[in-house]
Amino acid sequence: MERKVVFPGMLLPYALLAPQILIILVFFYVPAGQALWMSTLLQDPLGLSVQFVGLENFQTVLSDPAYRQTIARTMFFSVAVTVCAMVPAVLLALMADRVVRGAMPYKTILIIPYAIAPAVAGALWLFLFNPSVGVVSYYMGRLGLDWNPKIDGSHAMWLIIIASAWKQIAYNFVFFLAGLQSIPKSLIEAAQIDGASPRRRFWTIIFPLLSPTTFFLIVVNFVYAFFETFGVIHAATQGGPGKSTEIMIYKVWYDGFIAQDLGRSAAQSVILMAIVVALTVVQFRFVERKVHY
Amino acid sequence: MADSTARSHLDRPDILAHVIIWIGIAITAFPIWVAFVASTVSNQSIAQAPMPLLPGSLGWQVYSDVLGVGGNNRTVGTPVALMMWNSFVMAMIIAVGKIVISLMSAYAIVFFRVPFRNVLFWMIFVTLMLPVEVRIIPTLKVVTDLGMLNTMAGLTIPLIASATATLLFRQFFLTIPDELVEAAKMDNAGPVKFFFDVVIPLSTTTIAALFVILFIYGWNQYLWPLLITTDQSMTTIVIGITKMIDTSGGPTDWNRVMATAILTLLPPVMVVVLLQKWFVKGLVETEK
Repeated sequence: MERKVVFPGMLLPYALLAPQILIILVFFYVPAGQALWMSTLLQDPLGLSVQFVGLENFQTVLSDPAYRQTIARTMFFSVAVTVCAMVPAVLLALMADRVVRGAMPYKTILIIPYAIAPAVAGALWLFLFNPSVGVVSYYMGRLGLDWNPKIDGSHAMWLIIIASAWKQIAYNFVFFLAGLQSIPKSLIEAAQIDGASPRRRFWTIIFPLLSPTTFFLIVVNFVYAFFETFGVIHAATQGGPGKSTEIMIYKVWYDGFIAQDLGRSAAQSVILMAIVVALTVVQFRFVERKVHY
Repeated sequence: MADSTARSHLDRPDILAHVIIWIGIAITAFPIWVAFVASTVSNQSIAQAPMPLLPGSLGWQVYSDVLGVGGNNRTVGTPVALMMWNSFVMAMIIAVGKIVISLMSAYAIVFFRVPFRNVLFWMIFVTLMLPVEVRIIPTLKVVTDLGMLNTMAGLTIPLIASATATLLFRQFFLTIPDELVEAAKMDNAGPVKFFFDVVIPLSTTTIAALFVILFIYGWNQYLWPLLITTDQSMTTIVIGITKMIDTSGGPTDWNRVMATAILTLLPPVMVVVLLQKWFVKGLVETEK
């Protein structure tokens, strides 16, 4: 899309563009290029010499069983977070859309977790599930459920899934509600007059009209689970016990920053970049034209 | 509104809807409530499981402790008040910086026709795809080489590089009628005057909506400050709270951690609650 009427001049527009272009060159293109370059280098452990090794880092990383496990773990985590954050959100949005009176205070409370930092969400849920002082783990213990995310890897995994999903429900709720409110009420009324039950109305009218929103949210939730949950994990489990909650982004940070293995960390960064680019392309190809609210 | 009333006449009364919403509210509020209660009781009463679920006797004591002094041994010397100030400055610079830079570049792209305009637009557009998280180590290297470790500039400027706001403003600027531009030209008003007198006033709701989203984004940053700030006086509050949790198995001052958690979540939550209308608008529009 273009404007027909524009202002003349060259100096001013370039001057206006300069700050943004400069910042993205220095802090975006240079680092992204360096990540690509570093991913082809091998540094000896003392950092004294650097050697060009081509795609060897990728080969090492991808054939490493530990990394493959991290990929599988990340997939499980992302699917679980997406499901646990979207199902309650669509349910709550459907109900909030039905309840008109008093809907505002409901809505306000339900969107609050969006504003809470992932690391804080991690800390709150760690406190609830803490084996020695946690309220939830205490009552689970009373029910005979032995719950210890400090020792049991799958307990720890569910801890970070719950904390991450809890925060993301708010986001999905806002979008589902916006999607629902854009459905013409006359459509639903017509179905009602024809005697369609609420369940039938949901599956034949609401669900199809909501599907672009749903698809868009699946992509967004995946991106969230992949990248923005670092804070949840760092606060709640530090990737442990063992490596049982170490997802890909956490491993990039750990290998690059703690273990100082720059070549392998860069190779992992490049793999993650490829995943984001793929997700973004999917989103633009399939979603952009169809989401309508 | 009328149609919804008609609907509930036809359906069963919406008891089910209320029940489900109340369960949702309980799940949303429970962790925050427990954190608040824990911040008002002593560590002994937290340790005697189960901890109470009603606020205790310490009142605001723990809050004034953490604000003035900080957490347990590992963070003494970094009072929460200082860390909150750091977070506030960081969030404001990120939000305002992104908005100003994006207003400028979107204006240049939409209201002028200069060579390489499309190339530059695509250069900005591509940055949408790669969040800072996937290029942390090389970006850290650039920032270190520029001597920007432990500076507010190093903390904020790399996060200002993003395309979302530019795209949103571009989208909005394209809807400004050509007649307004023509009228400005006839009045001999230049592009700078047009920008301040017409474009900015028309953009205020978009700016407000973006501000809410970006302030929260800035305040809640985690991985980047973790890498950039090694100096305790530069620590942000979200980093500070995880430093207070002892992961090595030692005792954690949970009442202080939870008081800090409440203080950490308060500013962004207030922004969302008070500016809810703009928040929803900003969220839905930036992601479109």
